Amino acid sequence: MQSQTLRHRIYLFILVAPAFVVLFGVVIYPFFYNIVLSLSNMNLRHIRDWRIIGFGQYIKVFTEPSQPDFYVVFLKTVIWTVVNLFFHVVLGVFLALVLNQKEIRGKAIFRAILVLPWAVPQLIVALTWRGMFNYEYGSINLMLTQWFNIPGVQWLRHPLEAFIAVIITNVWLGFPFMMVIALGALQSIPHDLYEASDIDGASWYHKLRHITLPLIRPVMVPAITLGTIWTFNNLNIVWLVSNAGEPSDQTHLLVSFVYKAAFNFYRYGYGAALSMVIFFILLVFSLTFMRKSKATQNVYS
Amino acid sequence: MVRRKNTTTLRITASYVVLMVFSLVALYPVWQIFNISLRPSDRLLSTSLELIPANASFGNYSALFTERPFLLWMLNSTFIALTVTLTGVALASTCGYAFSRYSFIGKKIGLLSLLVTQMFPATMLLLPMYIMLVQLHLVNSYLGIVIMYSATALPFCIWQMKGYYDTIPTSLEEAGKIDGCNEFQTFVRIIFPLAAPALVITALFSFMSAWTEYVVAAQILQDTELWTLPLGLKSFESNMGSEWGLYGAASVIVTIPVVVLFLSLSRWLVSGLTLGSVKE
Repeated sequence: MQSQTLRHRIYLFILVAPAFVVLFGVVIYPFFYNIVLSLSNMNLRHIRDWRIIGFGQYIKVFTEPSQPDFYVVFLKTVIWTVVNLFFHVVLGVFLALVLNQKEIRGKAIFRAILVLPWAVPQLIVALTWRGMFNYEYGSINLMLTQWFNIPGVQWLRHPLEAFIAVIITNVWLGFPFMMVIALGALQSIPHDLYEASDIDGASWYHKLRHITLPLIRPVMVPAITLGTIWTFNNLNIVWLVSNAGEPSDQTHLLVSFVYKAAFNFYRYGYGAALSMVIFFILLVFSLTFMRKSKATQNVYS
Repeated sequence: MVRRKNTTTLRITASYVVLMVFSLVALYPVWQIFNISLRPSDRLLSTSLELIPANASFGNYSALFTERPFLLWMLNSTFIALTVTLTGVALASTCGYAFSRYSFIGKKIGLLSLLVTQMFPATMLLLPMYIMLVQLHLVNSYLGIVIMYSATALPFCIWQMKGYYDTIPTSLEEAGKIDGCNEFQTFVRIIFPLAAPALVITALFSFMSAWTEYVVAAQILQDTELWTLPLGLKSFESNMGSEWGLYGAASVIVTIPVVVLFLSLSRWLVSGLTLGSVKE
């Protein structure tokens, strides 16, 4: 008996150990190293002779008069996340509802086409949309002028227009994820619920409000949490569509702002501190969102 | 009754219109990539909205392989992505199993921290890892990039494998035990084959993310001989310059395998997420 538990322990150790060694080396150790960096003065001038300076870098994150300003970038990131998630969820659920009607033919084909934006690699999505936003030769402006007689927009030269361009790109690539999730949830709703409410003479809106939405909710909540984290942290799209924050660093989100500070300006200590701040914002958000939605879920059931 | 029939017809017609419009919106940018790839060098910057450019040719495709080291980048990407995939599958399939079946010290914290890593902004690991790689002289090497990619993909892969093992009934292991298998044999002979679909998904997920990743590769791989496909592709883009057509052709080649895999797998990719919550 004794030897069996020992053997069991060794077996368990062999199962878990390799992954944990790797995770320790590439996730946990760097995480703590990042904390150390965030408390240090490491930058281009102090690469080897860096030392711990305390919370100076964190204070800099919140108070340094930088161009762009931290609070402006933060606010923009919040707007970016909310606007994107709103369109992702509304379009995704709406298209899933339309596609899920029993009378619709060619479901598989529509589904495949509508999933395309999610399937194309983000790098290619970003660069191709950047081309489409080109002032003279991009197809967006060509359509505006040739079909609707609207003068072309300087999409990538002004901060606001560039911000809108980045959001359009990300809305395009993000709605299919929510659509696929919502479709899966819709298909799991039992049909007799609708039949019963038909007998009761329930209206279309009534069914949506009292059957469909509450029942896809438990699936949508984790998807929305994940989507929020992915959108908040999405470096690819903003970095590549705005070509590293053009015009003149005014199109940054927090992730691209910190990437530029770390890898273009070599402000390692500052970048590490800002990474920690971003991480904490997301952690606090996820915990409260999950808790809140759990609380309201109990009210439903 | 007649009114009811009319509203149904109207609803279905409107639905088709909605689906058509969104299909066009989804397709147009994808078609645009293909369009760019067919443009001859004198039509790169055109103000026409035609769907197939005049004098369309496959010249850009052949130029990629004859005038550019595109084949080399393709081999680099394949090699790196395969290594990452093998590492990911080997580690995630064993560790995920332990998380699903056994209780051990640190299990809860381990699972929680796997989730928490998903909230790290890209720089959170990239910056310290980059400095570590510089100190270990692993910048500009395949080993460096493979370590980075495995690190970022592993938590999600473990989570996914654990989720799948959870759906396999434990009675199978008990049956194995009665038949005289030890723990290791039950895992390898009974559970592992049953988890094949999840293994395939995990493998393809790691492969695709390594195949298309740009931001990390841009920091780690500097020599053009070491470049992966995304780095090569980005070098052609440079603000719709003279290599815009090469960009299009390279994008089509990179995208096709990913899209094919993705369309056949998208149902599975999200099943892990929906599985637990629907059953309640």
